[in-house]
Amino acid sequence: MNLVRWRHVDKSVFLWTLVAMVLLALVVNPLLRLLWASVHDPATGGVTLAHYVTAYGRWRYVEALVNSLVLGLAVGAVCIVFGVPMAWAVSRTDMPGKGLVWASVLGTFILPSYLAAVAWILLAGPNAGWLNRGYVWLTGAAAGPFNIYSMTGLVLVIAASSFPYMFVFTRSALDLISSEMEDAATTLGAGVLRTTLRVTLPLTLPAVLAAFIVEFLEAIALFGAPALIALPGRFQVMTTMLWQFFEFPPRVEVAAAYAMPLVAITVLLFWLQQRIIARKGYVALTGKGGERRLLRLGRWRWPLLAYCLLIASISFFLPMVVVLQAAFAKAWGRGLSLDNVTLRNLRFVVVDQPITRAATVHTFVYGAVAAALALGLALAIAYIVRRRLVPLGRALSYVAMAPFVIPGIVLAIGFYAAYTSPPLVLYGTAWILILAFTTRFLPIAYANSDAALRSLNPELEDAVRILGGSRVLALRRVVGPLLKRGLAGAFILVFIPATRELSAAIFLYTTGTQVLSVLLFDKSDEGNFEYLSAIGLILVVVTVALVLAGFRVVGRDFMLRRTSA
Amino acid sequence: MSKLALAGVTCRFGSVTAVENLALALAPGEFVSLLGPSGCGKTTTLRMIAGFLNPTAGTISMDGEVISSPSGSLPPEKRNMSMIFQSYAIWPNMTVAENVAFGLEVRRRPRSEIRARVDAILGVVRLAALRDRYPAELSGGQQQRVALARAIVVQPSVLLLDEPLSNLDANLREEMRYEIRRLHDEFHITTVYVTHDQAEAMVTSDRIAVMNQGHIEQADDPRALYARPRTRFVAGFIGRTNLLEGEVRGSEVVFDHFAIALAAFARPDALRGRVAFSLRPQSIHLLRSRPPAADGVCTFAGHVAQRAYLGEHWDYLVRPEESALQLRVTARPHEVFEVNERVWLELNPAQLAPLE
Repeated sequence: MNLVRWRHVDKSVFLWTLVAMVLLALVVNPLLRLLWASVHDPATGGVTLAHYVTAYGRWRYVEALVNSLVLGLAVGAVCIVFGVPMAWAVSRTDMPGKGLVWASVLGTFILPSYLAAVAWILLAGPNAGWLNRGYVWLTGAAAGPFNIYSMTGLVLVIAASSFPYMFVFTRSALDLISSEMEDAATTLGAGVLRTTLRVTLPLTLPAVLAAFIVEFLEAIALFGAPALIALPGRFQVMTTMLWQFFEFPPRVEVAAAYAMPLVAITVLLFWLQQRIIARKGYVALTGKGGERRLLRLGRWRWPLLAYCLLIASISFFLPMVVVLQAAFAKAWGRGLSLDNVTLRNLRFVVVDQPITRAATVHTFVYGAVAAALALGLALAIAYIVRRRLVPLGRALSYVAMAPFVIPGIVLAIGFYAAYTSPPLVLYGTAWILILAFTTRFLPIAYANSDAALRSLNPELEDAVRILGGSRVLALRRVVGPLLKRGLAGAFILVFIPATRELSAAIFLYTTGTQVLSVLLFDKSDEGNFEYLSAIGLILVVVTVALVLAGFRVVGRDFMLRRTSA
Repeated sequence: MSKLALAGVTCRFGSVTAVENLALALAPGEFVSLLGPSGCGKTTTLRMIAGFLNPTAGTISMDGEVISSPSGSLPPEKRNMSMIFQSYAIWPNMTVAENVAFGLEVRRRPRSEIRARVDAILGVVRLAALRDRYPAELSGGQQQRVALARAIVVQPSVLLLDEPLSNLDANLREEMRYEIRRLHDEFHITTVYVTHDQAEAMVTSDRIAVMNQGHIEQADDPRALYARPRTRFVAGFIGRTNLLEGEVRGSEVVFDHFAIALAAFARPDALRGRVAFSLRPQSIHLLRSRPPAADGVCTFAGHVAQRAYLGEHWDYLVRPEESALQLRVTARPHEVFEVNERVWLELNPAQLAPLE
C-alpha cells in the first residue's frame, strides 16, 4: 500500500496570498496610512496629537463638524417626510399613477446629487433662479423668496436626491406586512387611520430607522452638492473643510486628523444600523408576506397622488427639465424658445475642447477598468470564502466590505497619504483614480458576486470534479456560464457610480487625469451652467442606457440589489 | 479483496466529531446503504469517500490502494468515481446530452464513442427523446434520470448516491427506488447509497449500515436487520417495535408482570442479568380465549388500551394484566377487538431479538 502523498500542490493558497496582498494595498494600507498620518510628527518621527489640536483648534473647524451633523439629521428627517408617505402610497393603497411615481424614484437614483445641486441653483438661485423669476412675475414683488445657497437649500437638495433609499427600505418593509395584521386591528374596531398609524407604520419603524441612518451618512459624506451650495452660501461642512485642508499646500496630516470623527461616526452608525436590521423582534418583517390587499382610498387618492407628484417634481422632474433646457441653451436664462436652442454645449464638451473630450474618455475608461477590477477581485474573494478554500477566508470578506463604511472623501485622503510617496507612487497617474474607484465600490461588487455565488449550489462544481474535471474546468464550464448574467448586472452597478464619482476623484486627479465629475465641479466656479448641464446630461444619458441594458440582461430588480448588501 | 474499504475513519470539525472510528468494507459490485437520521454523519462519510473531505483519522482504500488519509487524499477528480447529489447538480447551462457526455469528454473518449455511449445510456434511463432539452425543461423525475445516466455512463469504479430521492414526491420516489435497483442489477457498479428512508434502503440495498451519532450501529442485509436488530437504536429506527426489558431469574426471564421460560429463547445461554429485547408488533397475536398450551409459544392475558383502524391493518395498544407496559400489536383487518376487552396475547419467544 502506497500512501498518496502527492497531494496536488494547493494552488488556492497562491490565489489567497495574491488576493490578500491586493486587499492590503487597496483597503488596509490607505486606512493605516491615514491613521498614521494623523498622529505622526514629521519633525521628530514620533507620535503626536498636534494635528488633532490644529484640526479642531478653531471654532470655524468645529462649526463645520456641527453643520455636518445638523445637515445629516435634517436630511434624514426630510427624507422621512418625502419617502415614507410615497412608499406607503405605492405599496399599500390603490393610488393611481404608481408607475409614474416609481419611474421618478428610479430617475432620482440616476441623477447624481451634484447635478441635482446644479439644477437647483438654476431653479432657486437668488434673483435669476426660475422659481424666483416666476414668483416675481406672478406677484410683482421686487425679489423672489428662494435662496438655494443656504443650509435649508442644501438640506432640500440632498434630501430630494437621496430620499430613494428611504423609499426603497420602507417599501420593502411594507411589502412584507400582511393585510391580516391590519385586519386584526380593524376587527378590534380601529379605523383605517388608526390602523395605519398604530399598526402598519410602526411595523416599518426598523426599516425607516435603518434608512434614516443611511441618509444621514450619505449626507455627511457627500462632497459635490455641499461644495456647490455651501461654499457660495458662505458656510462649511466637514467635507468642504477637508477639501480646504487640501488646497495648496495640502495638509494631509490635518485632514487625516479632521477626518477621524467622520470615520468614527460612520462605523458606529453602520454598526447600529446592522443591529436594527438584525433585530428579530418585528416578526412581520422576517416572514413571508401572507395575503395582501390594497387599501381603498376613495377620493383621498387624488391628494395623495398630488403629494407624490410634488416630491417627484422636486426630486426628478424639475431638475431634469432645467438641466435639459440649459444643456441645449445658448444662455439658460433666456428660457425656452427655439432661437435659444443649440447643440454647441454638447459639441463643445464631447468634441471641441481637448480637456473635456479627454475627460469624457477618462470617465468611461476609468469606470470600466475599475468595475472590471472590483468585480474580478470581489469574485475571487467571494469564491474563496464561499468554498472555504483557505482558513480565515472570512477575514478577507470583512476587509472587502470595509470600504462600505469609509466615506469616499476619507478613502481618497488615505490613498493620497499612501501613494504620493515611495515605494509606490501612484499619484499623478490614472491608476490612483482607478484603484480608488475600485476600492470604493468593491463592497457593491462583493455583495453582488457573493449573492450570485450563493445562488449556485456547490454540488454543481462537485459534480464536475467527481466526474474527473478539475476545479478550473468547473469554473470554466459551469460557474462562469451560470454567473454571466448576474456578473453583468454587478458590472453595471459598479460602473455607474464609478463614472460619476466625485468625492474621491476631486482629491486624486491631476492635470491630464480629469474625469467629467471633476470637470463639472471645476467649471462651476465660472458660472457656465450650460456646460455644467451638458456634462451632467452626458453622464445621465450613459447611465440610463446602462440601466436599460441592465434591465435587459439581468431583469427589472437588479438596481435594487445593492441595497441588500 | 474489498473494492472499497473504510478503516477507523474519523472526521472532526473543530470540536464536533461527525464520524468516529468507522469501518466498512464493500465487495465488488455490492450495493450498501448508509442509513440514519439527519446529522448521523452519513453524508460526511460519503463526501470523504468521494474525496471532497479529508478524514481526520483512518484511511479509505480502493482496490487495496489508500486514497484518503489524514496526510493527504487523492482529489475527487482522480478517483474514477461518480456521484449523484441531493440537488441532482444537473448543469443548467448544458442540454441533457451535454450533461451526460461531460464525463466522457473529460476522459477524452473519441467523439463517435461518446455519441454511442450517450445514446445507449439515455435509452436505458428512457430519456432518448429528451436529449436536446435543457434541465429547466425537465420534471424532477427526469432530472433524476439525467443524473443517473451522467453518473453511470462513465462506468465508475464506485457510484455514490447522496439522498438522491429526497426531493421527489412520494409516488415518484417509490418508482425511482426500483429504477435504481434495476440499474444496479444491470451494471453491477459498487455503490454507496446515503438515505434516511428505511424503505428506500431496503428496496435498493444488498446490505444496510445503520448509522447513529457518527458510527455504524449495525451492518446487515435488510432481512437480518429487521428480524435481528442488535441495538435499541436499530430496533427503533428500522420499522416499529416493542422494547421489552427484563431480568433473568432462575429458569425464567421476568418482565413487567409476566415471565417467559428461559428455555423457550433461541439462545438461552447468552442471556444473563438484565436483558432487553425488541419484539415486532406483528409477532404478537391477539386471541379472544386462552389458546391450548403449545411448544415454543408463550401466552398471557391483557386488556386493549387503545386501537386504530388503518385500513390495511389494525393497530392495538395492549396492556398485559397488572403491567405498566403497553405493547403495540398489529392485527389483520378482520381481527376486531373492543377497547377494554380482555384478550390473550400469544408470541413466539424465538422472535424476541436480544439487544445489547
